[in-house]
Amino acid sequence: MNAVSPRAILQADLAKRQRMLVTPEGLSLPLTVGAKGARAGALILDMLILTIGTVAFLILLSAVGFGLFDMGSNPDTNPVLQGLMIVVILFMFLARYGYFLWFELGPRAATPGKRIVGLRVAARDGGRLTAEMVIARNLVRDVEVFLPLFFLLGGGQGAGVAGFAAFVWLMVFVLFPLFNKDALRAGDLVAGTWVVEARQARLKEAMSLAPDRADQYQFGEAELAVYGEHELQVLESVLRQNRPESLREVAEAITNKIGWDLGAGDEREFLEAFYAALRAHLETGMRFGKRKADKYS
Amino acid sequence: MVLDLFKKAEIEPPADIEAASLRSDRFRLEREVDWQRLDNIVTALEKGRPRRISDEDLLDLPVLYRKTASSLAVARETSLDAATLAYLESLVRRAWFQVYGPRIGLLGWLRRFLGGGWSAAVREIWLDICIVLAVMVAGTVVGWLLVDQDERWYYSLVPGGMAGGRAPGADPEMLRESLGTTESASGLGVFAAYLFSNNTGVCIMAFALGFAFGVPTLLLLVYNLALLGAMFWVFQDAGMGLEFAAWLSVHGTTELGAILLSGAAGLHVGRTMAFPGNRTILAAMRSAGVRAAQVMAGCTIMLIVAGLLEGYVRQLVGDSLSRFAIGGAMLTLWVIYFAVVPAPRERET
Repeated sequence: MNAVSPRAILQADLAKRQRMLVTPEGLSLPLTVGAKGARAGALILDMLILTIGTVAFLILLSAVGFGLFDMGSNPDTNPVLQGLMIVVILFMFLARYGYFLWFELGPRAATPGKRIVGLRVAARDGGRLTAEMVIARNLVRDVEVFLPLFFLLGGGQGAGVAGFAAFVWLMVFVLFPLFNKDALRAGDLVAGTWVVEARQARLKEAMSLAPDRADQYQFGEAELAVYGEHELQVLESVLRQNRPESLREVAEAITNKIGWDLGAGDEREFLEAFYAALRAHLETGMRFGKRKADKYS
Repeated sequence: MVLDLFKKAEIEPPADIEAASLRSDRFRLEREVDWQRLDNIVTALEKGRPRRISDEDLLDLPVLYRKTASSLAVARETSLDAATLAYLESLVRRAWFQVYGPRIGLLGWLRRFLGGGWSAAVREIWLDICIVLAVMVAGTVVGWLLVDQDERWYYSLVPGGMAGGRAPGADPEMLRESLGTTESASGLGVFAAYLFSNNTGVCIMAFALGFAFGVPTLLLLVYNLALLGAMFWVFQDAGMGLEFAAWLSVHGTTELGAILLSGAAGLHVGRTMAFPGNRTILAAMRSAGVRAAQVMAGCTIMLIVAGLLEGYVRQLVGDSLSRFAIGGAMLTLWVIYFAVVPAPRERET
């Protein structure tokens, strides 16, 4: 037996990132802190978008600019060229400071990169995310992202001891999120925000709409008592995926366990009936305050 | 037919609630329409298109939200349908973010900010402003004294590119020229834009570095102001101290004001981190960070003004008296604005 399966590691990581948020209605709402990898991915995506956008914009502008040079006018006095240069300077400025600010102030509170990986910014105290918070967290981003980036690209390595000191100092900011449990970066700390998962889920079909086969398949108390909620949910996902080979595998496993004999081709029908019966059984228990987490309990 | 594609998909009521054999599924099917309605409203809000929501839906939003939240609470205790639970959790979370999300748009925020939020935030960090002002004055004096003692200090303080020939013992004519004006306004727009973007970078750095207990911010300020002091000495040495002060005051009162405020904002965060008082560090830093962010947003505005003054006015107005008048007027304007404009009333939202 291998000691720990990858799936178990993933689940342990997920459990570690779970937080409870109590809404004003008194309902506890589970939140998942964004995984560090996902956040790094989101940042890389955003930087890619920024870089590609900037390059495309500059190519476009220089195409216009070259046309102006060809006209043979003096660049110092050409008002159109001057206008272009102002646009370039302001565009670079906005790309650096405005991109993250603009998107995180929007109704989704997420940059395109964050949206793609399913993250959003939220206030850590469960209150409202204010504009000041977003501004604060993005101002600190300058030291955390842009300065280290320019440092690496700009050949800060050649600066000797001072360069090394600067490198260590910048690394403190870059690595900050790795050393706290909520994966807060320095900007999050200052602004009182955090980054949480915000995936959308679609409402899937109800499970018990299939024709009721309670008269064909009748399960006794002992047969239903072997499984718990965990197995029920595994069965639910198998039924929703509806892959013939896994249906057969699961049906065989169940019939072996409860000592039934199943004809070929009846797997889905059998599993649907078993699912409905098991869920009815477990939910009845729930209503009386009895819960059975899995087959071992 | 084509028009149908653009129409919002109607919410279909579930086929036959009684057909469901499980009680928890019937519970779900009975409420599904409400959930889908809430889902549509939340999706429209997330896309930033609140106009798409009908009046009726908008009026029902709080009710729908509470209904869905209570559905989730009931479903957790009675249903074992994992997919439905996951959907409800995600829906309630999204709705919660929207219902308790920011009520104030960027424009509304800006109005509130200029109408007192900014000046109130500046007044709140008065102690840090005093400290930073003292440090800046000290930095200037140090720069002056160092160069006064030994001219070689100038070369280690001022990077070659920035000096632009303005070195100790430079030709007075050349120095006078560097304080002069340009013939026309052409080309100054680019200069102003460049100055703005560059200075804002410095200010943001001064703020962001404050995170480390404020020490790097103070170092940055001392260095930059020592540079100014050294430069001042060069001009004073050539007998043009007054002209230099006038030249500087046009934009300097605004620009140095912005640097002062951003340094103070950075120091405020750093100081709160070191001395959080009775609150936890995290809570104290949060309120300090939010306050400092308001000051910083204001600095951007000041720097736009400074960039325009520096790029245009300074290059066009040559005479020292007018320069002092402009600089002094700007300074008075800022001081009055920060000291007088009252904080906006808290609205209940």
